[in-house]
Amino acid sequence: MAMQSMTLSRPPVARSRTDGLYEWVTTVDHKRIGVMYVLLALGFLVIGGLEAAAMRLQLIRPHADYVSPRVFNQIMTMHGTTMIFFVAMPLLFGFINYLVPLMIGARDMAFPRLNAFSFWLTAFGGLLLYYSVIGGYGLYGDGNAPEVGWWAYAPLTARAFSRGHSSDYWTLSLLVSGFGTILTSINIIASVLCTRCRGMTLGKMPLFAWMSATMAVLAILAIAPLTAAQMMLMVDRYLGGHFFDTQAGGSAVLWMHFFWIFGHPEVYVLIVPTFAFVSEIIPVFSRKAMFGYPIMVAATVTIAFISLSVWAHHMFTVGMSASSTTFFMITTMAISVPTGIKIFNWLATMWGGKISFKAPMLFCIGFLLQFLVAGLTGVMLATAPLTWQLGNSYFVVAHFHYVILGGIFFGTFGGFYYWYPKVVGRMYSGTLARWHFWLFVIGFHLTFDFMHIPGFLGMPRRIYTYEPGRGWDVWNFIVAIGAAVQIVATAVFILNVLWSARRGPLAGNDPWDAWTLEWSTTSPPPAYNFATLPTVKSRRPLWDLKHPEDPDWKYE
Amino acid sequence: MDGAWNAHCTPMLPMSPTSIFSPESTPARWVFDLSLMVYTITGVIFVVVFGLIIYALVRFRKKAADDGREPPQIYGSRQIELAWTIIPILTVLVLFLASARVVAFTQRDSRRPGSLEVNVVGHQFWWEYRYPGLDVVTANELHVPASDPAKPRRILLHLYSADVAHSFWIPRLAGKTDLIPNFPNIMWIDPERPGLYLGQCAQFCGAQHAKMLLRVYVQTPEDFAKWAAAQKQPAQVNEGALHGKEIFERTACMSCHTIAGTPANGRFGPDLTHLMSRDTLASGIADNTRANLRAWIKDPGALKPASLMPAMGLDDSELDAVTDYLMTLR
Repeated sequence: MAMQSMTLSRPPVARSRTDGLYEWVTTVDHKRIGVMYVLLALGFLVIGGLEAAAMRLQLIRPHADYVSPRVFNQIMTMHGTTMIFFVAMPLLFGFINYLVPLMIGARDMAFPRLNAFSFWLTAFGGLLLYYSVIGGYGLYGDGNAPEVGWWAYAPLTARAFSRGHSSDYWTLSLLVSGFGTILTSINIIASVLCTRCRGMTLGKMPLFAWMSATMAVLAILAIAPLTAAQMMLMVDRYLGGHFFDTQAGGSAVLWMHFFWIFGHPEVYVLIVPTFAFVSEIIPVFSRKAMFGYPIMVAATVTIAFISLSVWAHHMFTVGMSASSTTFFMITTMAISVPTGIKIFNWLATMWGGKISFKAPMLFCIGFLLQFLVAGLTGVMLATAPLTWQLGNSYFVVAHFHYVILGGIFFGTFGGFYYWYPKVVGRMYSGTLARWHFWLFVIGFHLTFDFMHIPGFLGMPRRIYTYEPGRGWDVWNFIVAIGAAVQIVATAVFILNVLWSARRGPLAGNDPWDAWTLEWSTTSPPPAYNFATLPTVKSRRPLWDLKHPEDPDWKYE
Repeated sequence: MDGAWNAHCTPMLPMSPTSIFSPESTPARWVFDLSLMVYTITGVIFVVVFGLIIYALVRFRKKAADDGREPPQIYGSRQIELAWTIIPILTVLVLFLASARVVAFTQRDSRRPGSLEVNVVGHQFWWEYRYPGLDVVTANELHVPASDPAKPRRILLHLYSADVAHSFWIPRLAGKTDLIPNFPNIMWIDPERPGLYLGQCAQFCGAQHAKMLLRVYVQTPEDFAKWAAAQKQPAQVNEGALHGKEIFERTACMSCHTIAGTPANGRFGPDLTHLMSRDTLASGIADNTRANLRAWIKDPGALKPASLMPAMGLDDSELDAVTDYLMTLR
């Protein structure tokens, strides 16, 4: 028995020196593709983060002149596009790719080669976006990233206002990576529906798998209109179409609708996988089963469904009729109900448990508290009259960074630390992880708490500089300091990831005493995942194994 | 006049001429009143849920003297789930009804007869104001009469765009409304207190979005009438400035700018008939002084890079002449 666990805690196939670039480039293994997604995202995270730092530096005082207006607008566009499409999406797809087959007891995704194809589409989409920097006006290296903002509102993208090819690189980049997203989503849905191990009915699937599948459905529904809009924009720019060309009778508002019917479900495409991480981590670190599993599933599906009907709350200021405004107001507010249910269920899971504050749990607690704030500022913005004032102001910037950084990234960092020992086979450094957490908390709150205030004081977003005497200076200064702290925190994180991959202690199969199937195989898992495919009787198969006297399947 | 706002600022936050907490017109006041209710409700929710989470973290943390046994496993409770579904639904309903009321009131009969109507046209990167009833055209500085509480009179703004989407936002007077090409919009204000109200474009509109500043001068009805009467006059050309006028009309200046009473009738740039009646240049970015005006004519890109006004390549004496000419346009 001792012998067996010794051998199991090391990868059965040692990583040989021959395991080089070729194997990674040609791989169709869901785990390697997952790792590549995450590495791609981390690379772009550094780029997008430096872009954010450049903007905060420019805004540190009024009338600063560190970057020119057009360069600022380019950085702003690239930051938004990069962070959403080439950091958040690939990061989450990486986790899902790696974990879903393991959690549902499968050997791979349903379509392994399609999986590899989707990854490379996403990767090349990112390269295409950054190629604009040298290719925007032809090849003379003038530095011509797109400068239309990441919503690229018509008619700024019309040829009259966007000369050269920078907007085209933006369009093509999202078109290409969009296909990658759609194909991966199809793959996730097919995997969850068709490759679950014996005994795992839909009702016994880990919440992670439920939420991943929900996200995939939503991603298909959200990316499709964006892809259509990009094609229409190309038709406008090169084939004489007039969809969005207002000078020839096209409609600027039509683009807004297309963009936001993508844009708002996109928020949930990003947050639902984060819910998935949190729903796995909180129970394990509270030592309790997830409270209200069926309600959690129902709330997830409800959120996805309602999120398809809220997009025009991004357009409360475009002059909609009172009836449309009212409709989008109630749908937007309604979404806070299932979201609240989730928060309460996580709370109830912790209630009566034995909570240990290891790094994954710390980040999940950060997620819970910050997502609560983000949700409440979201309710404020759902109130159309408040959006008439606060829309397009720094309040909105603070709000959605609270969602994306305070919510999605904190949750994802939690997931990162939770599954790091499984993926790498070695444990991260707990000390560095705590430094990362606390520095990030401080930096995040310095930046994004104080960023709400200039919004109240009338500071619009997307401005490369501002006038003195408006009461905005001190807040922007604090925000910039916070950004610097976040950079340090991120450096600690990257250091931890790199250092622990070589020097961390061996993690063993199940360092957290967890309950889902990925912890039953080796760390890292072999290419085939499981020597024999598992059979499950409940939502927590490893609990059943560890507590034969009190198994879950008696109660579910 | 720049200091007029000081007295009414909220003490809680640093004084700001663009704070949404010191409304001076009905639409902004309605939003402010509603916002107090929204802050209260969300604040209470925050305190309760935040408190519960912190309580749970402290109370149920793993103790040092842990026996190593798993806590009792609880899988859910229908009653509790029902409670935390119904209470939020009721809260949302209250918030929704209160906000829907403000939406309806703000948008209801916004085209009230008797309002002063102004056409606002957004341009990259400046504002054009046309008063159809008064035969007045101006740029960048909107003048409106104060509304008398006894006899309230609204100002109805018709919002248009000549190029891309912009947004009109004076936080102390009203929420923002976008100016979208091919999509006319309206909004209204009824400020009662004379003064200067600031704001700026709130929809990203290109390179100089940040320097598309808004200035609204609320005047007593008498002052406003005087101002409008003066604005209506054609330009008075001073004999001494004829050389500058000749250069203005010989170079491309006149293809973009109008100076009423002269052959200059361009529409791409701001109307200059009464340029010197304005306090600022180039959409509020600089004081309208001789030095600034000359620097602006010499090279607009130096003050406002990517501004659509080109440098005309005038030599120093021509610059002086044109500046002198423009300085006469009072």
